[in-house]
Amino acid sequence: MSLDIVLLGLAGVLASAGPVLFAAIGEAISERAGVINLSMNGLILLAAMGGFAAALATGSVVLGFLAGAAIGGAVAAVVAFSSITLRQSQVAVGFVLTLLCRDLSYFLGSPIMGLPGPRISEAPLPLLDRIPILGTLFFRQDAMTYLSFLLVALAWIFINRTRPGLVLRGLGERPAAAYARGADVGRLRYLYTILGGALAGLAGPMYSLSIKAGWKGTISGLDGIGWIALAITIFGGWSPIKVALGAYLFAFLQWLGLVLQPSLPGVPSQVLQVAPFPLMILTLLFVNLGNAEWVATFLSRLPERPRRAMARLLRAMNAKPPAALGTPFEKD
Amino acid sequence: MPEPLLSRTQKPLFRALAVLLALGLASVVLLATGARPFAAYAVIAQGALGSWGVASDVLVAWVPLLLVTSGLLLTFTVGLWNIGIEGQITFGAIFATWALRGFQAPVLGGSMAPGLAIALAILAGMAGGALWAMLVGALKTFGGVNEIFGGLGLNYVATALNLWLIFGPWKRPGVASMSGTVPFDRRLWLPTVSEQSRFAPTALVLGLASIAIVFVLIQGTYFGLRLKAVGRNPKAAYLLGIPTWQYSMVSFAICGLLAGLAGAVQVTAVYHRLIPSISSGYGYMGLMVAMLVNFSAAVAAPVAIFFAALNVGAIQLPITLKLDSSLAGVLQGTLVLFVLLAEGARSRIMKGRGGAR
Repeated sequence: MSLDIVLLGLAGVLASAGPVLFAAIGEAISERAGVINLSMNGLILLAAMGGFAAALATGSVVLGFLAGAAIGGAVAAVVAFSSITLRQSQVAVGFVLTLLCRDLSYFLGSPIMGLPGPRISEAPLPLLDRIPILGTLFFRQDAMTYLSFLLVALAWIFINRTRPGLVLRGLGERPAAAYARGADVGRLRYLYTILGGALAGLAGPMYSLSIKAGWKGTISGLDGIGWIALAITIFGGWSPIKVALGAYLFAFLQWLGLVLQPSLPGVPSQVLQVAPFPLMILTLLFVNLGNAEWVATFLSRLPERPRRAMARLLRAMNAKPPAALGTPFEKD
Repeated sequence: MPEPLLSRTQKPLFRALAVLLALGLASVVLLATGARPFAAYAVIAQGALGSWGVASDVLVAWVPLLLVTSGLLLTFTVGLWNIGIEGQITFGAIFATWALRGFQAPVLGGSMAPGLAIALAILAGMAGGALWAMLVGALKTFGGVNEIFGGLGLNYVATALNLWLIFGPWKRPGVASMSGTVPFDRRLWLPTVSEQSRFAPTALVLGLASIAIVFVLIQGTYFGLRLKAVGRNPKAAYLLGIPTWQYSMVSFAICGLLAGLAGAVQVTAVYHRLIPSISSGYGYMGLMVAMLVNFSAAVAAPVAIFFAALNVGAIQLPITLKLDSSLAGVLQGTLVLFVLLAEGARSRIMKGRGGAR
């Protein structure tokens, strides 16, 4: 395989990780504020369908993306209303919305199924795209992929280096303390849940207006992406940079599967298609092993040196969710 | 203190409001696509109740839904989200097919009674479902993998395995296809009421028995009481000497048994072969039913038959109105969503009367 083809392949990896990145970082922001938005899988499908429909009707891809973000924000608003105002289980309402949004996208999308429509095109950045290697990798992408690079940096800076970011972390870790310092916990949780949902909503049109252009109903191949994004949020320990790492790793492995398929005739294509899911379970297993009781018992029986090494490894991988994740906040 | 009369009438009132809102939203969705809502609802009703043929199809769809809902009531009681139930149905179907493939030759040769073969295949299916469920339980207990993600991942794995079997080792002679494996000999079918019907009374008995057993188990036994204790407060239950994770594991196993049974019924009574979408989404539907009945076994059966009727009735939508049959899912989803929201609003208002904000 020549270098050019590999570079193009890797540039494709960066692009195809884009939507997962938007969804997983959106979810990370929502969960940092203490609200699990489990509806991700249906939300992305509905945003993909709605974004494509809007772009098809108006001829504008920008409106398509805005529609996707609006749908994502609206679904997240339902999660926020039911969990923050009505104090219902976040998992229950999220799961119902997953199924409801999926069926809504199939039902409402059936008239536009398979229609050709607009899509965003590559926008090479002048001069930068001529840098050898890096130009092909990073600077011949479409606008949304550039935004996905930017999002990682902005989200990281916001969460870790700004005052509102500090408050955001407090919402999910110790809401009572945040409240005592004057933060309106309920209102801010609404804000970040809807913001996270809108970011995740952009993932939909990134598929239907770019990576997998068009709307193909049940065979769109998007079912499952939302769950992967939720798992990557955990894998990335709710931190934008590690989340991005997870998203790129996922996209890279998917690409590797496609590349290797012809040279592995013994492996049926169905197996490679679902490979991300056992992988998802395995990564979750690794990041959670440190929390298991039997692991602690096992470690204590090891001799000093391997025990320290193992403990350090487990700590490095360990993912600790925001302490108040999924719990309603009572003011009294 | 809230007046007793008010609190008694409040619950049904909010339920009715939720149903109305759900119907309203679904109607808006229908109007958005240019369809007339009442025409669509009429088609669904006609498609579910219009003839003995379709009505018996509703019963056919009711059976797996009853089985998975009964299992899920147990896992919900102990506080677990068994989203992996779809994969457990699929695994049950795979194990049952595997057993029937093995028994086909002895049954045709006359050395094995068909009834015995079917019974063993159903047991194999139950074992398969339980195995897949306990894998989710083990990942949760020993690996700290949340059962939602573990179960979901295993659903996709089960689907892939199913497809691989249909297109690989178990493919039809000649060309493999989405229509599934070669149908079994008629002698290996669970007996139905007539030649053309897919309705097997034995299967319905199994479904109704499972919901009755689960009801008694939860409401009337010490085992059920301990399950509830674990579900309400695992830490307190553990301190009281209840082996917490063992109880979770047992409820996973029973739920898997029932899901596997549902898969086996789909193979031996409904499709007579393994097909790609053998679980048909009954697992997720069961989760919705369980949420809608607020995890109580007493009203699960009628709600399940209503959901089954929606699914069967919606099959007519593409034919008569050119509407997608996913409308059934939209109706079910909005219904569950609004019931959840209404319940939240009701307890919020009740609390408001108590003095809190």
